[in-house]
Amino acid sequence: MLHNPTSVIDCDIHPAVPGNDALIPYMDEYWQDQFISRAIGEMDLASYPPSVPLSCRPDWRQDGEKPGVSLDRCREQALDKFNCEIAICNPLYGGQVAASGLMGAEVCTATNKWLAREWLDAEPRLRGSIVVGSQLPDRAAEEIHRCASDKRFVQVLLLAGNEMLLGRSHYWPIYEAAQKHGLPVGIHAGTMYRYPTSGGMGWPSTYLQDYASGTHIFAAQLQSLIMEGVFAKFPGLTFVMIEAGISWVPSFIWKSKKDWHGTRGEVPWVKRSPAVEIRDRVRFTIQPFDTSKDPVHVEKLIEHLGSEDMLLFSSDYPHWQFDGDDPMPPGFPARLRHKIAQENPLRTYPRLMETV
Amino acid sequence: MNDTIARPKQSVRSTSSVGIADCDIHPELKDRYGLHPYLSKRWRGHLDQYGELGFDVFSDNITYNGSTFNALRRDAVPPNGGPPGSDLPFMRKQHLDPNNVVFGVLQPMVALGNGGRNLDLSNALASAINDWQIAQFVEPEDRLRASVVVVPDDVVAAVAEIEKRAFDARFVQVEIFTGTTEPLGHRRYRPILEAAAHHGFPIGMHIGGRVGGRTASGWPSYYCESHIDLTFAAQTQIMSLILDGVFDQLPSLKVIVVECGCAWSIELGHRLDMLWRRMGSEVPALKHPPSHYLRQNIYFSTQPMEEPDPPEELNYLFDKIGWDRLLYASDYPHWDFDDPRYAFKARISEEHKAMLFRENAKKVYRIL
Repeated sequence: MLHNPTSVIDCDIHPAVPGNDALIPYMDEYWQDQFISRAIGEMDLASYPPSVPLSCRPDWRQDGEKPGVSLDRCREQALDKFNCEIAICNPLYGGQVAASGLMGAEVCTATNKWLAREWLDAEPRLRGSIVVGSQLPDRAAEEIHRCASDKRFVQVLLLAGNEMLLGRSHYWPIYEAAQKHGLPVGIHAGTMYRYPTSGGMGWPSTYLQDYASGTHIFAAQLQSLIMEGVFAKFPGLTFVMIEAGISWVPSFIWKSKKDWHGTRGEVPWVKRSPAVEIRDRVRFTIQPFDTSKDPVHVEKLIEHLGSEDMLLFSSDYPHWQFDGDDPMPPGFPARLRHKIAQENPLRTYPRLMETV
Repeated sequence: MNDTIARPKQSVRSTSSVGIADCDIHPELKDRYGLHPYLSKRWRGHLDQYGELGFDVFSDNITYNGSTFNALRRDAVPPNGGPPGSDLPFMRKQHLDPNNVVFGVLQPMVALGNGGRNLDLSNALASAINDWQIAQFVEPEDRLRASVVVVPDDVVAAVAEIEKRAFDARFVQVEIFTGTTEPLGHRRYRPILEAAAHHGFPIGMHIGGRVGGRTASGWPSYYCESHIDLTFAAQTQIMSLILDGVFDQLPSLKVIVVECGCAWSIELGHRLDMLWRRMGSEVPALKHPPSHYLRQNIYFSTQPMEEPDPPEELNYLFDKIGWDRLLYASDYPHWDFDDPRYAFKARISEEHKAMLFRENAKKVYRIL
């Protein structure tokens, strides 16, 4: 248990890498030279242009400042305001989407070193995710081994949209390393943009549709992880869907279960129903809470999820997912607040207990 | 939570004396030469040499093979030979008669859905499929109606095909599969949607088409993945139709989403409304919140029926989607066929059954 029964564990905040200049000091000599001599430009994700309304709540935005770069503002606007005893940092920067796997791996490593030094050292309430690229799974595994000795890193972080679906055995070295260190694998909204967000039919006209389509990537990844047998292969591993939305999950579970009943002969290694597997092994952060504000409907959604263990409190700071001082969604049942703010995160992230 | 296969607890007794409408029946070709009588010699020869030239990884097979041949019911193979769905007398005997189908919409999934890469060939095939439906199924069986198959990538030809069939009452909708080259709201497709709206044709948007099982993170390995991934294409189309302003321009246009599920649409509406409240500035021309158009312009066929846990929740889902939005479909003769007696695993009121099984279809397809 935490020290304060009313405090919360925020499972998704976004300290922003200010730019390449902030990371270059953490790179090796070769990459320092590359970044400087090639004048490589900033690597903010196309999934989160700093200027779009969603990337920062209007009243948190500072003119001329990239959202999320200031630790002071993070303390004032999020950690203090939401009464966070712990907050998990998920930096979103270009290492995970770089075309060059080697460059991507170096940027991820630099991001992790930067986070530990500039944020985790400076603020004891913070924990980190080990950002890894999926381009070179062996390099990702090395990075997980390197960071794992620092107990403030509590999960491995991947982006949702990759070059292949995440169940493919190509990615298994990442899961093996994560399982070895007892780290959950967080999958965060966002994509490498190797494919249109629509899947196979071209690019939508709006950022709004791109963002809304994020749920399809998450659903496809869950289906891939289950059907490729990742859950059976790595029995100790938990997956956390971060900023994935939640409202799509019940109907996905029903459909996945029904399809498995009809087609399981194709995947005989999947012994447990997808419904059981998801409820047991997959967790979801609560922002964006992409459903109705009607408390009756919210109760229905939670009932349809079929488990009260799956939801993790999050603010998604500084992204604009809610207004006011309380990230707890309107209509969210009071009886579950403590559970999602403390119990579920502590169970999902075993390392939090070690470092409280 | 229950992890066993749910068995039907009760019969819904939909098949009352007044009969039912089935908005998804798949006619099949008797063999690979089934369309030849409706094609010119030039295209018959072309097909023999080059095939249909589509987007699959095999030259003459779909990329994701289901658990049965062409995902068809094994018990639907006609006694006189040919694949399921190819023999009208057997279709009558196995489905139309016993289930008391008085109105059935054919959704042909022969040749390449929305067309292949050779547009001239694709147009010839689309027109041939339209002639074939009439000659082989609708002419001899007046309970059946045809769909106008078009090639969306050739807008001029698609509009011409719609106009050619517009005054033939045996055609009741324009069929466009969920997998188009670009999202359907894009400008290039607008004349097709205008022609459909002008002639009062709903768009029957059946799962399938070009998209295969692609996702925004690459291709899945298995049919059981692709079968779910395909349903996201329907969501992509709905989002695009709404956000690209189609329904503001064509408020009378109806789109029937076929075989893609429907429970997800409730929360798609919430999610889009949430984002619209944040970023409506990106789509300032939109006249209403996105969910408004879901209730105004979009319909859903029921198969494969949602199986919420617990099953009684079906009524809650249908309340939220709107009972007037839902059309019963069997998907005969595919493997995941919904028997009208057993598909709905919840108690449904007589009034709602009438809507699902008949009244909504009458309105959407304008049957007097």
